[in-house]
Amino acid sequence: MKNKIIHAIFDDEQDILSVVKDLRDKKIVINEVYSPFPIHGLDPVLGLKETRMAITAFIYGCIGLTFGALLIYYTIISGVGKSWPMNIGGKPNFTFYHNLPSFVPIMFECTVLFAAHLMSITYLFRNKLYPGATTTSPDPRTTDDKFLVEVICDDNKKEVISLLKKSNVSEINEKDEV
Amino acid sequence: MHKESKIRDPLILGNKTYHDITRDIARPVEGKANKYWWILLSLSAVLMLWGFACIAYTIGTGIGAWGLNTTVNWAWDITNFVWWIGIGHAGTLISAVLLLFRQKWRMAINRSAEAMTIFGVLQAGLFPLIHMGRPWLAYFVFPIPNQFGSLWVNFNSPLMWDVFAISTYLTVSVVFWYIGLIPDFAMIRDRMDKTISPMRKKLYTLMAFGWSGRAKHWQRFEEVSLVLAGLATPLVFSVHSIVSMDFATSVIPGWHTTIFPPYFVLGALFSGFAMVETLLIIMRKVVNMEAYITIKHIEYMNVIILFTGSLVGVAYITELFMAWYSGVEFEQYAFLNRATGPYWWAYASMMTCNVVIPQLYWIYKIRTSFVATFILSIFVNIGMWFERFVIIVTSLHRDFLPSSWTMFSPTFIDIGIFLGTIGFFFVLFLLYSRAFPVVAQAELKSVLKLSGSEYKK
Repeated sequence: MKNKIIHAIFDDEQDILSVVKDLRDKKIVINEVYSPFPIHGLDPVLGLKETRMAITAFIYGCIGLTFGALLIYYTIISGVGKSWPMNIGGKPNFTFYHNLPSFVPIMFECTVLFAAHLMSITYLFRNKLYPGATTTSPDPRTTDDKFLVEVICDDNKKEVISLLKKSNVSEINEKDEV
Repeated sequence: MHKESKIRDPLILGNKTYHDITRDIARPVEGKANKYWWILLSLSAVLMLWGFACIAYTIGTGIGAWGLNTTVNWAWDITNFVWWIGIGHAGTLISAVLLLFRQKWRMAINRSAEAMTIFGVLQAGLFPLIHMGRPWLAYFVFPIPNQFGSLWVNFNSPLMWDVFAISTYLTVSVVFWYIGLIPDFAMIRDRMDKTISPMRKKLYTLMAFGWSGRAKHWQRFEEVSLVLAGLATPLVFSVHSIVSMDFATSVIPGWHTTIFPPYFVLGALFSGFAMVETLLIIMRKVVNMEAYITIKHIEYMNVIILFTGSLVGVAYITELFMAWYSGVEFEQYAFLNRATGPYWWAYASMMTCNVVIPQLYWIYKIRTSFVATFILSIFVNIGMWFERFVIIVTSLHRDFLPSSWTMFSPTFIDIGIFLGTIGFFFVLFLLYSRAFPVVAQAELKSVLKLSGSEYKK
């Protein structure tokens, strides 16, 4: 027997929270929830793990800071800086730490540049968002005002539907799994 | 679910549903432009083309086409640059700092404020580029391995910091803006039916990046927005601090002051909010956003203008005090000359527009009037332009050698380029207001049931 996909459509985000809780209490697996805006309090109810986007930003920021420092060190202090020392306003340029105050702005900007851009690229990559990608939402109204819960069920279809009907559901659509 | 106090004023007026918000935000994109839009666009485009012609003339003949002389060797170019950069600051303040402070009123205006930031920074970037004289060599300012072997950019120079600060600020603002735009483009894409031309549908499909609103995506979206806000907040303060160091690290009396970074940042926020008001008061009428950009939003911004304007006033007085207190006669003369010298009228305009006039916002009736706010915001825009003019030109025109004292008068090229950037800015903003969702509708929907007037009864 083929699995069925059930799309339950709701008009209010509060109904989503309660129905997701009820379904999960009955150990029914929820495949996905589509919504037009972030629903606060959905993540714990749906059992989503915390995202690690902020951690990636921290790592990228560290990379940016290191890059900025190495770039300055190579161009001003050692490497080419040694063979072509630039004496500007008598600012000491023999060691990195003597000159550190005037390197802070560039190192800071590199940190932010790397953290912001690489995190955003990671975000697009993880969400599979790119120019030309097509939407995977089963119903175009989910970017407007409808909230959709997608449940894949095998032999417990009746149970799922009866549970959904008890809630404030506005539509229930069935589809065969492809 | 969070609850909001009943005594807080609603941020969304009228009996709106989620679908109403969708329809209202999508209407300017889907509908046809009205007559006023076309008139404004034509006027701005004429100004823009005139500006481009002046830029072409400058590049063809050289910087001598401007009113600069050996004494006043930096004038309208850097004034306009700092003015535009300052205007660009409100967008990030609204979208980043107010996000960190969880100010919900930001949601109706952040999209347009960020657009203004990006377009403002673009105008600002034009000035150093033209001032190079040979803009095709602009890549020299970037630290790239080059044909000169060991010659690299000077990382000790504030002008070099500026390059990094402004390019980081521009690109991070664009990314922040676009991350927020993706779900809204998806909303427009999903509304398009067969009556819309397939080209437009394709364009919005392309720009929506395949957004589908999954729970995990929203979770990441919120985290990314928060982290970007956290990164953009110190960034926005660093940008104008660095712009101020272009002056503060020099040895010119009137520039060489440690108060410059905070003073410039406050001035930037002050002028940025004024420009946001100028634009939004027009835009809410033109694209029918009266229900979302309300008098409450304007009042909140007026309070910020009052606060930053007062602080800018304190900074002006502190500068005068420090000049006297320093005991350095050159410093003292620079400030005396600003206030009472041949440029007294510029100083007086600055003081009137930036310090005196915003104090009118203490009056509730003025603070909550669209007309009064619009007029006052224009004053602030003018006043902040004069502030930069005063700092730059009056500090230079009477230099260390009295025999070379002189005045600055702009040529028609100077004026043309400045007007051209205003035209260019408005062309971009008008195109934006017709092609982009001008309000962050996804965020707005998430607070409808907290702050909508219908739900607050």
